[in-house]
Amino acid sequence: MTTISYIPSTSRRQTYLNVGHTVKSWLLTKDHKRIAVLYILSITFFFFIGGSAATLMRLNLLTPAGNLVLESTYNKLFTAHGVIMVFFFLIPSIPATLGNFIIPLMLGARDLAFPRVNLLSWYLYIAGGSLAVWALLAGGVDTGWTFYEPYSSTYSNGWVALTICGIFIAGFSSILTGLNFIVTTHTMRARGLTWFRLPLFIWSLYATSLIMVLGTPVVAITLALVALERIFGIGIFDPSIGGDPVLFQHMFWFYSHPAVYIMILPAMGVMSEVIACFTRKRIFGYKFVAFASVAIAVLGFLVWGHHMFVAGQSAFEGMVFSLLSFLVAIPSGVKVFNWTGTMYKGSIELKTPMLYALGFIGLFTIGGLTGLFLATMGADMHLHDTYFVIAHFHYIMVGGAIMGYMGGLHFWWPKITGRMYPEAWGRASAVIIFLGFNLTFFPQYLLGYLGMPRRYHGYPAEFQVLNVLSTAGASILGVGYLLPLGYLLWSLKRGALAGDNPWNAAGLEWTTTSPPPSDNFDQSPVVTEEAYNYARIDAELVASPIPGAI
Amino acid sequence: MNTGFQFIPPHASAMSWQVDWLLLALLGLTIFFTVLIFFFIVLFAWKYRARPGHKAEQVEAPMALEIALWGIPFILCLGLFWWGTRLFLSASRPPAGAMDIYVIGKQWMWKIQHPEGRKEIDELHVPLGRPVRLIMASQDVIHDFGLPAFRIKRDVVPGSYSVQWFTPTAVGEYHLFCDQYCGAQHAEMIGKVVVMEEADYQRWVAGSVTDGPMRQGGEQLFVNMNCMSCHGQWAPTLAGLYMSRVRLADGRTVQADDAYLRRSILDPGADIVAGYQANQSVLMPSFRGTLTEEQIDQLIEYIKSLAPAAYLEEPTTRPVSNGGADLELRKPGEGGPPPLTPDPNKPVE
Repeated sequence: MTTISYIPSTSRRQTYLNVGHTVKSWLLTKDHKRIAVLYILSITFFFFIGGSAATLMRLNLLTPAGNLVLESTYNKLFTAHGVIMVFFFLIPSIPATLGNFIIPLMLGARDLAFPRVNLLSWYLYIAGGSLAVWALLAGGVDTGWTFYEPYSSTYSNGWVALTICGIFIAGFSSILTGLNFIVTTHTMRARGLTWFRLPLFIWSLYATSLIMVLGTPVVAITLALVALERIFGIGIFDPSIGGDPVLFQHMFWFYSHPAVYIMILPAMGVMSEVIACFTRKRIFGYKFVAFASVAIAVLGFLVWGHHMFVAGQSAFEGMVFSLLSFLVAIPSGVKVFNWTGTMYKGSIELKTPMLYALGFIGLFTIGGLTGLFLATMGADMHLHDTYFVIAHFHYIMVGGAIMGYMGGLHFWWPKITGRMYPEAWGRASAVIIFLGFNLTFFPQYLLGYLGMPRRYHGYPAEFQVLNVLSTAGASILGVGYLLPLGYLLWSLKRGALAGDNPWNAAGLEWTTTSPPPSDNFDQSPVVTEEAYNYARIDAELVASPIPGAI
Repeated sequence: MNTGFQFIPPHASAMSWQVDWLLLALLGLTIFFTVLIFFFIVLFAWKYRARPGHKAEQVEAPMALEIALWGIPFILCLGLFWWGTRLFLSASRPPAGAMDIYVIGKQWMWKIQHPEGRKEIDELHVPLGRPVRLIMASQDVIHDFGLPAFRIKRDVVPGSYSVQWFTPTAVGEYHLFCDQYCGAQHAEMIGKVVVMEEADYQRWVAGSVTDGPMRQGGEQLFVNMNCMSCHGQWAPTLAGLYMSRVRLADGRTVQADDAYLRRSILDPGADIVAGYQANQSVLMPSFRGTLTEEQIDQLIEYIKSLAPAAYLEEPTTRPVSNGGADLELRKPGEGGPPPLTPDPNKPVE
């Protein structure tokens, strides 16, 4: 990497944050960093709406009769929770925020390939999200985020078409973001930054972008067909007018299973960056980890039928999907083994991002292995559509994707804001979220094994103890999520100045100032070495131990 | 039903134990890898903690280790895949001679009818030790007939039959849950399975029958709908049809199981029997929307009653059809009920 001279941060230096202070300068910006900040604000808003719905659900499930809300309200709550968390928080979470901010910096580029398209993505996301919130305020939807036919087209009385319209529009945001990342990675890498010198964050976001571009159109088509059937009565999925409800499930899961990898692959990319930095090592088996991302993206498209073992597809189809689902587990396992291996003989510092990363490994391991239960047809015929499934995918999506997002947010927070978050509070939040998460979702594995179905407003009395434990855990988890909201906001004004490279991390994003100037680099960087060359960085630190300089 | 706190749901069939053994193996695998990963994370985080004088050592992963990390999980996965698939397949194939019980799901109740005629709602009474085959249909949206004590469930999809089976091995009452979200009162679409001694079941099934056996209702429909004006004359006879192999006009050969009969009633153009495709003007009309799910079940139960008893016992040894020839009546005295009408076995030219 090029060595640039150390410039102390001053408040007068031009940064992407102080080039303009008007609302217009934010809403019409083409700077990928400002757009990333817009995304951070908007996904945080949606996260707390989705989280409020979950809070009400967990409170309702304190008693077997479900005394807090009406059954029809409960159905709308879990639908709102699922729709908002999946389509308006998890899918854009890491790619649209950290990816948007960091990818051009990591590549040594001045922006993404299509800055205007990037801004359009955000507007599409906001338009889609507004429609979804409008549907929620107007009375809500009760189909579940899966919109299963023929319930969603013929029987549901909620605002199905409006919600579908919102998801449809937000889908284009996802497609455009993916397209932008793919083109940027191909065309805008710094001189010398070859494919196998790329940070693994880029590899995983590249794989994610492939899924976004290839998968999202299918769910858009599927949901458009549901809306056509609902509004005009064209028989596509409803058997009473000549349709096939199982066809809907094939089309829906063709996107929505790969969508799980849209959520988890970027978090895996964050893991590689954070673990390399806080162990001061290159990632164990770099190429294996890189290719594992691509393998997950490709195989992820071929496993959708494991959602349908008992749904009416043939046993032969089930066999094929079961086998492929086992195969997709292997590259995920390889990543976990390699991250753990990276710690071997490292110099490990348990800062907040690293604590989140270790939490990620633990929770993702449990979530992934319990996924094998559901890939096994003989076990799935008992566990399907029970709380076991809920626990499994929350271990992946919350334990994996959100832990990854939080880890990445803390890791790059000094770069994004120029300020340090308070370390002790950060560590506390990581530990609280880990404990609260396990207390919330581990009892749900047991509930599922005992047979408690998902999407139940009430339940038989013998399930109460585990439900109370889960709700208790959720309240701890809630505290864990509110803490960072508080101290991160506090740090914007009061946090210590970060300097350009507080972690002494590898990667081009740390060679520019914090916060970076509008066009990222004063001079275009040239790359002369592999990613994660911590041996060199640490050797130079010993030679000239100036904080923030490399 | 045990309403106290429990860790293991009751076991009410041999399958429930088989599923639990599989789950135990998966649990073992999960614990092994989780403990392994946690152990090394904690060990490394302590042993290689950053401290003055300690430096990271750059170590490359040996190729043999990387290959082992791909290979060993791969082999374990293949083994689990095979185990789970075999179990699922055996849970999907009802044994010969299973007793049929008809289940109809609708928002938000389960309507169940026994062939002897007894009906029940949100309860399923079954005799101990006899394989039970559930023939399930939905009147509206997708439901799911979930039986945690038997470790099985199947979606009940509108427009077609779903089938599942189990052999109860313990007397008692067990949960019945709708496992597929079906609308406002999904969480109230629950009931119970009552496993009874054979004698108790016989007493139960004979008590308070209002409509007579299902096949009688089916026969009545057969007459009222004027089915016999064609079937047995220029349309295929239905005697001996059930579970026989039928050659179709497009060259396929299918087994005349419940799903086939249902399709033939609702969508008669889908599977035209070989030799009957000639005359468009006498093609059977669809009875979709004309018949309720209960009536379809009754008709099928009636058609089943026309099959020789021997064919019901041993589904695998049935003769293979050769065109329209084996649609002729079975010889009398094979145990089946008397034939409907002599079959000219020729479409009207």
